[in-house]
Amino acid sequence: MISWKEVGRIATLLFVSSLILIPLSATVLGGFKTTGEMRVSPFGWPREWITEVYVEILRDPQFWTYLWNSLVISLLTVFLTLILGSMAAYAFAQAKFFGANFLYSYLLLGLMFPFAAAILPLFLTVRDMGILDTPWGVILPQVAFGLAFSIMFFRTFFKQMPDELFEAARVDGCGYIRFFFLFTLPLSTPILATIATFVFVQSWNNYLLPLIMLNDRDGYTWTLGAMDYRGEYSWAWNRTLAFVSATLAPAVVFFLAAQKYIVAGLTGGAVKG
Amino acid sequence: MLVSEGVAAAPPRESAFQRMMANGQLKMVLIFVPPAILIFTVFVILPMIQAGLFSPYKWSGYGPVPWALNEDTGRTFGRWIGTTNFERMMSHSAFKQSLVNTLLVIGVSIAIQLPLAMTLALMIYRSSRINTVFRLIFFLPYVMAEVATGLIFSFVLDGNYGLSRSFADLMGWEKAFFPLAEKPWAFYCILGVIVWKYFGFHMMIFIAGLQSISSEVLEAAKIDGAKTLQSVFLIKLPLLWPSITISVFYAVLGGLQVFDLVMPMTAGGPSNSSHTLVSYLYNFGFIRLNIGFGSAVGVFLFVVGVAFAFLYRNTVQRGQ
Repeated sequence: MISWKEVGRIATLLFVSSLILIPLSATVLGGFKTTGEMRVSPFGWPREWITEVYVEILRDPQFWTYLWNSLVISLLTVFLTLILGSMAAYAFAQAKFFGANFLYSYLLLGLMFPFAAAILPLFLTVRDMGILDTPWGVILPQVAFGLAFSIMFFRTFFKQMPDELFEAARVDGCGYIRFFFLFTLPLSTPILATIATFVFVQSWNNYLLPLIMLNDRDGYTWTLGAMDYRGEYSWAWNRTLAFVSATLAPAVVFFLAAQKYIVAGLTGGAVKG
Repeated sequence: MLVSEGVAAAPPRESAFQRMMANGQLKMVLIFVPPAILIFTVFVILPMIQAGLFSPYKWSGYGPVPWALNEDTGRTFGRWIGTTNFERMMSHSAFKQSLVNTLLVIGVSIAIQLPLAMTLALMIYRSSRINTVFRLIFFLPYVMAEVATGLIFSFVLDGNYGLSRSFADLMGWEKAFFPLAEKPWAFYCILGVIVWKYFGFHMMIFIAGLQSISSEVLEAAKIDGAKTLQSVFLIKLPLLWPSITISVFYAVLGGLQVFDLVMPMTAGGPSNSSHTLVSYLYNFGFIRLNIGFGSAVGVFLFVVGVAFAFLYRNTVQRGQ
């Protein structure tokens, strides 16, 4: 016996879902339609499935260059954020040294910063370092902005780790640095995965920093590429939609698979089921 | 004997320091902490300080700093103009509009998006297979890039295609309606897309909060005869207060930084009516290489953001 309340609940949920899924399905299907059909039935099922638009995009080496650039930038950002953030957090969690509290609060300033506020001097800094138009011009600022929250999470996690392990290792002559790399890091996979996923999503989707730092088309990330594509083929929505679908598909699959970690990163705690 | 005891009771700080030296802690700190501090200082703190220092200048960004002497011209690279940048900004109609728009984003996020997210969270926070599917669907817009979302909706709202076209046909209008090119509508569309994109994010925060409410409390309320709405308003919402404050914090700080969605949808147009603070900064500071002016806008953004964060942490979020 299903109650009316339950029916109402499911109906509401289905309605909201349709608001989300209809634009997305129109995007994916749009790439299979001709420009003419786009006008007649923008949201419907394609009358005739044409694959040329998708095939052309997937054969375009430029498309793969964009994806490759985004991947390189995202992976290096993740790697550097994890290594620098976890090292600093370990020091803050393990050692009581002069100025530790001050330095920690200093880093946490990064949490209340509207990141775009300093974008012009940041652009000049990157320019004067000679890394404008290179992946590093995007990577290093991203790492710097990701450090605050990652250090906060790492520190909380490291503080909860039992001390006994370290004491046992010390007796065997293992120092702090070796212990960190041999035991602490391998035992921290949940928090590493959380922060890695979170940083990766941010970097993969970033638009403002690449827009400011990258000028050369061959160095473009996919977000810049998508905007470029839109400008170039403004008359042909099916092309832009196919491009967007082709870039979103792998990302969305990855993000949904890793959603547990993204949410844990957002809420600072575990989410069930 | 007395002497050796005196040595053992050396000043505590020195002995702590010596102990750190001896067991390798100091070495670890000296290797582990500086890289993070360095990169954070160079790419976050120094640029913000520079924004403050550049804001009283008229400067195109040519040369190292605006107050350095350009030996070719015999003058400094930039020109000191005092508070002119701030005055120009405050009296610029596009800036006022971008400020109004940013406040609208924050208002809509708090007044429409959060209640919507809460309603949905209450509907699907219990663990069941069907709820997990809905959670995934509602979370989908959040993980999509803003640029992709913006492109999709500029298609949906394109007067010749998409939803706008179907709507115009339905109403029997002769002429196509381009909401993204019409003055008040352009930004309302952006507001709608912001709700579409971020409600799942807030919903997830609320779900995490709801799942941490102990079931005994709810059971007890049920036994005492609490109705559904009573248990929502008298038990769940008060217990969710920490989650709500986090959500509001993100809504405000995120609202201050909306940019990526604006660019593909309207790029600030028509006639600068749909700028946010950041797209205004980008357009009038970066595009026109007006470093001093852009820095002034940046300082404004910084002061608003930090003032809010500071006040919020010390009032609403106090003790959490």
